[in-house]
Amino acid sequence: MRSGRYSAWRLLREGLSGHRGWGPAWRSPEPQRHYDVVIVGGGGHGLATAYYLARTHGVRRIAVLERGWIGGGNSGRNTTIIRSNYFWPESAALYDFALRQYEQLSRELNFNLMVSQRGLLMLAHTPHDVELGRRTFNAMRLNGIDAEWLDADRILSEVPSLQPSRFPILGGVMQRRAGIARHDAVVWGFARAADSFGVDILQGTEVTGFRTDATGRAVAVLTNRGEIGAGAIGLAVAGSSTQLADLAGFRLPVTSYALQAFVSEPLKPFLDTVLLSPATGCYVSQSDKGELVFGGALDLFPSFAQRGTPPILEQVVAGLLEMFPTLARVRLLRQWAGCVDVVHDSSPILGPTPVPGIAINCGWGTGGFKAIPAGGYLLAHQLATGQPHPMAVPFGLERFSTGRLIDEAAAAGIAH
Amino acid sequence: MTGFRLPSGGQIDRSQPLSFQFDGTAMTGYSGDTLASALLANGVRTVGRSFKYHRRRGIVGAGVEDAGALVTVGTAGRSVPNLKPATVPLYEGLVATPVNVWPSLEMDVRALHQWIAPLLPAGFYNKTFTWPSWHLFEGAIRRAAGFGTAPSAPDPDRYAKAHLSVDVAIVGAGPAGLTAALALATSGVSVVVIDANPRPGGSLALTDPAWAREASATLSRAGVRVLTNSTAFGLYDHGLLGVVEQCAPPGAELSAGRVRERLWLIRAARCLLAPGLIERPLVFANNDRPGVMLAQAVRRYLTVYGVAPAQRWVIATVGDEGHRCAVDLLAAGLDVAAIVDHRAAVTSPAVAAATAAGIPIEWQARLTATLGRRGVEGARIALASGSTRTVACTGVAVHGGWSPTVHLYSQAGGRLAWDDARAAFVPSTPVARVETAFGWSVGEACAAGAAAAARVAQAFQRSTVAVALPTAPPADAPLQPLWEASGAEASAFVDLLSDVTARDIRLAAQENYVSVEHLKRYTTTGMAPDQGKTSNLPALALMAAATDRTIPEVGTTRFRPPFEPISLGVLAHSRRGALLAPSLTLPLAREHLGLGAEMEEYGRWQRPALYPRRGERREETLVREVLAVRNGVGVFDASPLGKIELTGPDAARLLDFISVQTLSTLPVGRVRYHVMLTETGTVLDDGVCARLGPEHFLLSPSSAMASTVATLLDELLQCDFPAWRCLATAVTQGWAVLTLTGPNALALLSALGTDLPLSTLPHMSIATGRVAGLPARVARVSFTGEASYEIAVPSTAAQTLWHAIWAAGTVFDLQPIGLESVLVLRLEKGYLIHGVDTDGETTPDDLGYGGGIARKASDFIGRRSLLRPEQRRSGRRQLVGLTPEDGVTVLPAGGHVLLDDGTPPSDGWVTSSAYSPTLARPVAIGLVADGRARMGARCQIADGDRRIPARIAALCAWDPEGRRLHG
Repeated sequence: MRSGRYSAWRLLREGLSGHRGWGPAWRSPEPQRHYDVVIVGGGGHGLATAYYLARTHGVRRIAVLERGWIGGGNSGRNTTIIRSNYFWPESAALYDFALRQYEQLSRELNFNLMVSQRGLLMLAHTPHDVELGRRTFNAMRLNGIDAEWLDADRILSEVPSLQPSRFPILGGVMQRRAGIARHDAVVWGFARAADSFGVDILQGTEVTGFRTDATGRAVAVLTNRGEIGAGAIGLAVAGSSTQLADLAGFRLPVTSYALQAFVSEPLKPFLDTVLLSPATGCYVSQSDKGELVFGGALDLFPSFAQRGTPPILEQVVAGLLEMFPTLARVRLLRQWAGCVDVVHDSSPILGPTPVPGIAINCGWGTGGFKAIPAGGYLLAHQLATGQPHPMAVPFGLERFSTGRLIDEAAAAGIAH
Repeated sequence: MTGFRLPSGGQIDRSQPLSFQFDGTAMTGYSGDTLASALLANGVRTVGRSFKYHRRRGIVGAGVEDAGALVTVGTAGRSVPNLKPATVPLYEGLVATPVNVWPSLEMDVRALHQWIAPLLPAGFYNKTFTWPSWHLFEGAIRRAAGFGTAPSAPDPDRYAKAHLSVDVAIVGAGPAGLTAALALATSGVSVVVIDANPRPGGSLALTDPAWAREASATLSRAGVRVLTNSTAFGLYDHGLLGVVEQCAPPGAELSAGRVRERLWLIRAARCLLAPGLIERPLVFANNDRPGVMLAQAVRRYLTVYGVAPAQRWVIATVGDEGHRCAVDLLAAGLDVAAIVDHRAAVTSPAVAAATAAGIPIEWQARLTATLGRRGVEGARIALASGSTRTVACTGVAVHGGWSPTVHLYSQAGGRLAWDDARAAFVPSTPVARVETAFGWSVGEACAAGAAAAARVAQAFQRSTVAVALPTAPPADAPLQPLWEASGAEASAFVDLLSDVTARDIRLAAQENYVSVEHLKRYTTTGMAPDQGKTSNLPALALMAAATDRTIPEVGTTRFRPPFEPISLGVLAHSRRGALLAPSLTLPLAREHLGLGAEMEEYGRWQRPALYPRRGERREETLVREVLAVRNGVGVFDASPLGKIELTGPDAARLLDFISVQTLSTLPVGRVRYHVMLTETGTVLDDGVCARLGPEHFLLSPSSAMASTVATLLDELLQCDFPAWRCLATAVTQGWAVLTLTGPNALALLSALGTDLPLSTLPHMSIATGRVAGLPARVARVSFTGEASYEIAVPSTAAQTLWHAIWAAGTVFDLQPIGLESVLVLRLEKGYLIHGVDTDGETTPDDLGYGGGIARKASDFIGRRSLLRPEQRRSGRRQLVGLTPEDGVTVLPAGGHVLLDDGTPPSDGWVTSSAYSPTLARPVAIGLVADGRARMGARCQIADGDRRIPARIAALCAWDPEGRRLHG
């Protein structure tokens, strides 16, 4: 790696010599005229795609095109939760693959992603919640995912700061292997590792169109920095997917919404698990820096704007205080929104598109961050082999015409 | 101990001393002080420790820009962590404690971090701690991080929310805002002025406080509302302004009923932003040492609070503000050792005043470092000659120029432009419905305020009045920016609260984290509770220098709400406890309780779950109630069942469009079961529909889906079929419904006295008439499997009907039936509950209602999706019965169905399960792959580690022929 290998010893050595030896984590090269693979979207999924293309498939000439700065979309705007507590076997396989990667990626990428497997607890507030929770808990176990059922006493002893008043806690499903990871580090870790394989990361490069050959195959990407030829093109642009599809001339069953997130001021350790309450729709964790990171439901109307609004803010904060009334005097530090690509079965779209030469990775909706290693791995497989990976087969675009949806919200009663 | 109270002066009330506590020590201040001014007056220098290195930090600013140190104010449930002392008004009994120190402020163990600081540059944690895993290190890092501690007890105080609709909202009551407000006050537009300070005036406190007082009085006489102690935190889409008003200082004990904070959501046709300027610090070695303060903050402490933060001063400046500060210090009887001005000698009134006062001025010089142990004891100055001089001093006032407060403008979508002369980002592009007004001096600010007011007035076709302006100091000579006064030292801080140094910025540049957002995220600069108000621009400037770009080429980060941290309590306001989600009460709630009902919440309704008799166990009550229905008659309250009336010539057409079944063929007086779908062909809801007249239907969605269905009908009628003549009216709460069910139901209904033709009323029919003298609708439908009559009367008549039923019911041994028993009764019969026995993948055919779909003539929602291969394939999960092989084990709801060998994958799950009193054995239903074709097949129910042998059975376990319904 151009930046050299990271280690405690190197940190010590550099510390004694003024940190002058650290090289760039990734280069900022000029675009070449042609690449074997061009990936549009420099978020976690796009960068991971480039990394796996290079590492797993040996593809050498790869570019990642990013309109702004890498990780500036949902990769840098999410609530950093990683988990695989999914209902359907297809989803469980996909998300647990991602979680298993996360478990060892810090060492693989030689970049500390601060993967903190502090557990994720989904609460049950009513007898009906308990039955649905048991249904999910059993599904997870049968899918080979770690799951524990915690009764109310156990939950209150593990999370003593929980003091609900309106919605009692009757139990909950805990996935101990779930947790949080530092979102920016995931982006930077993949970027640095991809760069070390020679991937060109082209920030400030906006796609304005695609050029197709006589057979209708997309062969080049038009950008604000000129035309870039491509042997294959991968799209990993989340909330902008429908806009890129428009440019390429196909449609996607995707609607973009704003999803808001919030952080408090940094506090001393207060909460050691990730908590999700279906009754209020609020979920919360505490970052290593001490900020409470929390969120809730989507905004009600479709939008490409990455802005928050007060009604959701009020609703989500009210939900947080229902769980933790002692936080009423703690203060909100920031509010922001990502633009998420929602599909009506809340599952991703992975695979070829109606335009030959273009493959896509989108539709993660509110849950893309946790899937970054899987999304990258599977799009890389598609781009390198021209075939979907077996794990990606159920998630193809054709499921919207066959009707074979993979609707997590449907069975678990919880949106992603 | 260096600061002290000046013998006279200030705008505080010296006749009102206030006692308070800091870090366990009793101190005194005055009414009108802030916690910061009182701490300085009491000689406190070290107020807290920094985030990462635990360095000593003191008071730096005099308002929201103060990034020196955070404190917790108040105790237990009333404590507020992470406050800037300069924003806390002093009150009697205030208790403040430093944050992030252990064991004490003076002896903080983690101050050792300073010695290993070379190992802890920006992003150090990305480069190590991966072996064996992050978990080994995380605990220690987490404990070291964080500022204050969350309160230990729930908040006892109240919060409120208010809405305000005005023509003009003016943010900031400084010279620009006040001038604008005065100009608009009598123009006929409604105006509200919002200011974060207790008193309007802003920087006028330093130049012309009398004018500010008079302006306030004038505005008050003109009826202009001035919200003081109120922070405008966000300017959202369509001009929605979010404001938090501090009604009481943080940590104070409030008398009962008083509100601590109020959330204002202000809809203003125009927002006039006049939030003023923020002073910038300078970057040099040990610029964080207690005693280093912003120049205008020093002036404020002298002039407004009568406090000398230190005795002997050195001033480092890039503009005239430093000279004004020096003159003020001298006038207060303090010493100024030198003014260190980065500029080549300039002439201006401020410089002339300093010169005339005999203050030594070093031109083209830089302050490169402070010296001292617990606070500033000296300053090192690089002179124009190239030589270096060390000056003894106890205070250092710094001035690095001004940045306009552009946060709200930027939130609203405004783009910033770089003003090279002022070395600042300023508003550039116009934003719809937003005006900005700021100036680099009092005079310019007033002029900008007047001009903005004129633009606003024009928008309302009004005119402004001329305003007599305050005394304005003469204009400044140009400044000469200085982004870093000294290079190599490790302790030149850019962001004090985040402990980010100039070196960290350069390291980010060296590692190619050069995008401004990467810089922010990699170094954490600007991400602390002060949100980079003073640090953003110096960080950008250092990045620009390190990457050989201009500052505007580096760009700015996106400003996000809130401008200042706001408490979570005020955002939730009244949505706490029961008010978070108010539950719905039955009209007969008191009567149910009178019969000993155990009430539970179903959906949002509080409903009788069971009516246990004394000494009865829950299971016994269930058995008794269920058998009462099977063998006699019971009554249950079905009021929450959804009721939507559809009228008009197109009502039947609309119903055909939302239902799988054809409802237009329903004869008047009859009732039909039907299923509604989503666009994807899955079951949205099920229920019954009754036809009351040729153009009059009554739709009964399930109670959980009543509002969803009503909303869907509204959407269809308003958006998709506006020309259809149909009116849909949700009347759920308008009617109380009591259901008589059981073999004796008909006899009881007759005994009540009714004009309805009961003997000819078949199953699935409805009639309107009188029951017990009340106007009523009686529907003969059943959810229990027994003959049932749902008697609906207006809610106001519920009690009368109830008493009539009980008066007539005694001879029939009538029993009240709780919902839990109803759920068992319906389960015995195999009746499904939407959302329990169905899920978001269930199609009508999965429930056994697929028959008529192909024959239905008209289109309906979801039809297209039902034609897809997946919805037509065999082997789908279908709703069937399940019975335990041993005949006694109640199958666990939520357990999964596995093939006989008990291995995954799951073939479905148990959706409802109970012990059946009627059949004296367990009954269960569930969604099972290919269930109807596998009737009688063996399977295993998996629940955790348990495996329970079971068999697939018929959905309906009781009276499958339906004789009892028709009997």
